[in-house]
Amino acid sequence: MNNISIVLVAIVAAAAGYFGSTMTKNEAPAPAPAAEKTETASVEATLNAVKAKGFVQCGVSQGLPGFSNADDAGNWTGIDVDVCRGVAAAVFGDASKVKYTPLSSKQRFTALASGEIDMLSRNTTWTMTRDTQLGLNFAGVNYYDGQGFLVPTKLGIKSALEMDGANVCSQTGTTTELNVTDFFRENGMKFNLVAFEEADAVVAAYDSGRCDVYTTDRSGLAAQRTKLANPDAHMVLPEIISKEPLGPVVRQGDDQWFNIVRWTLNAMINAEEMGVTSANAKSMANDNNPSIKRLLGTEGAFGAELGLSNDWALNIISQVGNYGESYEAHVGPNTPLKLGRGVNALWSQGGILYAPPVR
Amino acid sequence: MYFNSNNLSALINDARVRNIGFQVLIIGALVFSVWWLMDNTLTNLENRGKSLGFGFLVQTAGFEISDTLGTWLFDYEVGVSTYTDIYFIGITNTLLIAVLGIFLASIIGFTVGIMRLSNNFVLKYFATVYVEVIRNVPLLLQLFFWYFAVLGILPGARSQLEVLGGLGGLNITGLYLPAPVFQTGFGVVFFAFIASLVLSYGIARLSKKKQEKTGQGFNVALIAPVLIILITGTTYVIMGGPLDWTFPEFKNTGPIFKRGFQSDTGMVLVPEMLAVLLALTLYTAGFIAEIVRAGIVAVSRGQTEASYSVGLRPGVTLRLIVIPQAMRIIIPPLTSQYLNLTKNSSLAVAIAYPELVSIFAGTALNQVGKEIEMIFMVMSTYLVISLITSFFMNWFNARVKIVER
Repeated sequence: MNNISIVLVAIVAAAAGYFGSTMTKNEAPAPAPAAEKTETASVEATLNAVKAKGFVQCGVSQGLPGFSNADDAGNWTGIDVDVCRGVAAAVFGDASKVKYTPLSSKQRFTALASGEIDMLSRNTTWTMTRDTQLGLNFAGVNYYDGQGFLVPTKLGIKSALEMDGANVCSQTGTTTELNVTDFFRENGMKFNLVAFEEADAVVAAYDSGRCDVYTTDRSGLAAQRTKLANPDAHMVLPEIISKEPLGPVVRQGDDQWFNIVRWTLNAMINAEEMGVTSANAKSMANDNNPSIKRLLGTEGAFGAELGLSNDWALNIISQVGNYGESYEAHVGPNTPLKLGRGVNALWSQGGILYAPPVR
Repeated sequence: MYFNSNNLSALINDARVRNIGFQVLIIGALVFSVWWLMDNTLTNLENRGKSLGFGFLVQTAGFEISDTLGTWLFDYEVGVSTYTDIYFIGITNTLLIAVLGIFLASIIGFTVGIMRLSNNFVLKYFATVYVEVIRNVPLLLQLFFWYFAVLGILPGARSQLEVLGGLGGLNITGLYLPAPVFQTGFGVVFFAFIASLVLSYGIARLSKKKQEKTGQGFNVALIAPVLIILITGTTYVIMGGPLDWTFPEFKNTGPIFKRGFQSDTGMVLVPEMLAVLLALTLYTAGFIAEIVRAGIVAVSRGQTEASYSVGLRPGVTLRLIVIPQAMRIIIPPLTSQYLNLTKNSSLAVAIAYPELVSIFAGTALNQVGKEIEMIFMVMSTYLVISLITSFFMNWFNARVKIVER
């Protein structure tokens, strides 16, 4: 009996001792060799995992028209969806090899950090906190946006500075809440915030009159306005109160995958600049212009540097289209969102969209 | 030489050795799995460049929160209040819903449960339909229903429905009521109130003892309220009336957003809180009704018949004979329902009520990014609240248990 208790105590003590030392070891700063080892271990990990799976797992929104929205047949469309399809086209040569995971603003970063999705393309704002504190990297900007306000026209408000005392609806867990709080503080105005988890609940509450103002990114305002009972009875106020550069996100520590996503977006922007469209991509491969030849893979071995085949960009453009085509099809002036290019035009046409060259 | 086959089989055949051996194995397996889980988590966090730590609790928060009991109690101010304040505001709002919800759900649940057993056809039918509908629709849907139904019927933000004869008002932004402002000296009045309650309780006990001895107690139902009012009232007057009221102000003119009820006047109950309370109360009451009905039906029919034969009427029988016996069957499942109500309050994030999960494990989590620590804090909080509730209910159960001879 005594022997057994001694053995029992010894086991428990040993386990506690080992466990305790593990905890303290992880609280001290990780030694450099260990960090390096884990980095080289995860580089190339995502691309290999994606190739083994046979599809790209893409994190999208729960339904934002123009950016990522499922129609009643379950097909996802939008400019964020097009970035994912572009990555699939670059990796597999087939833009349809994507599976979509709808995520709320609360789950999106955890889903990416934990490995549940390969990339997040969910109209996510690029901020310093998100870039540095969450273990994630932003692979570029596919839409330069800003936060704005939507009010019913019948209230007669013409500017956001007249909103002292307003009830404001927004979605929780986003930069929206912080920005609107800052805006009201800066201008010495008071307001009441009503923050819901789901965007649909926010729109329904705004429509019912619970709040006077709906705030989110202006692209979101345009998209959600289509869901209101009477879209034309509401107007977007002229003020833009924040910078919201929206773009795709990947995990830190995997430079190769980061490059693939970044250069997929760059390829689409460069293609629009060079006049390469989904219709003429195949024929343009033999164009005289050396930049076009380098982009489409006829010259150079840029694909190999990414771990992909040389026609990576050709596949992206021919199957998904260039940036302009994607924009026109989903959020442009001919869609219900009616968003003009504005700052999202190419740098050569008065906007700020500028992609580094493929060379 | 020591471990030859005879000795070994003797060891294994000994029941004591086997028992202790299994204990060691199980404890070893448990310790190993806990260690493995924690080690796995820590390694993965390190790989992803995240660290554990509770330092974020002293950072200030940059977002606004709806006016509720929590923000009033902790004087919430953007840029000044920290995440620790947010944590406590969340707990306050959750407890508010839990306490009010438990109280109201019990009352409604008991009433509906007894209604279902009545001989009146209309009452019985209404209660049956209520229970069946409420129990079979998911709570989240009921929450949305009550919220948008409530929002739909209330007047707009710049009109009002007067309540309390004009002292308060109701519109889509909330229920506005006069708010008490406590001056110095109110603490003494409150203490006197509590003292008078204790005194009344003492008198009730005395009366019961006297009734057991002599068959007649004093009329506590008359004496107690008079005593409470007398003691509290006298103290109030002596302290110089340390209670002031602020009344909600309603303006009909001026810039559009300044019309309607002025903030910081009176007390506001936002429609989100009312909707959460309504949905949770009705939902839990449906389950409590069935528990009460089961408890009452479980009391043997002989008790009721014996009671009638002695001349007691149905109402008195129910109150003095049936329900005390039914309570010992009702209380354990009732505890579960109370715990369910407390935890279901976390659904309030769907309709913008700022309780613990919504502002701490929701908005704050998104800003700070320390999921493991914050979820751990929230889980522990719910665990503590639930343990306290069930501890109290078990004590109550032990008290009302019938002592068999």
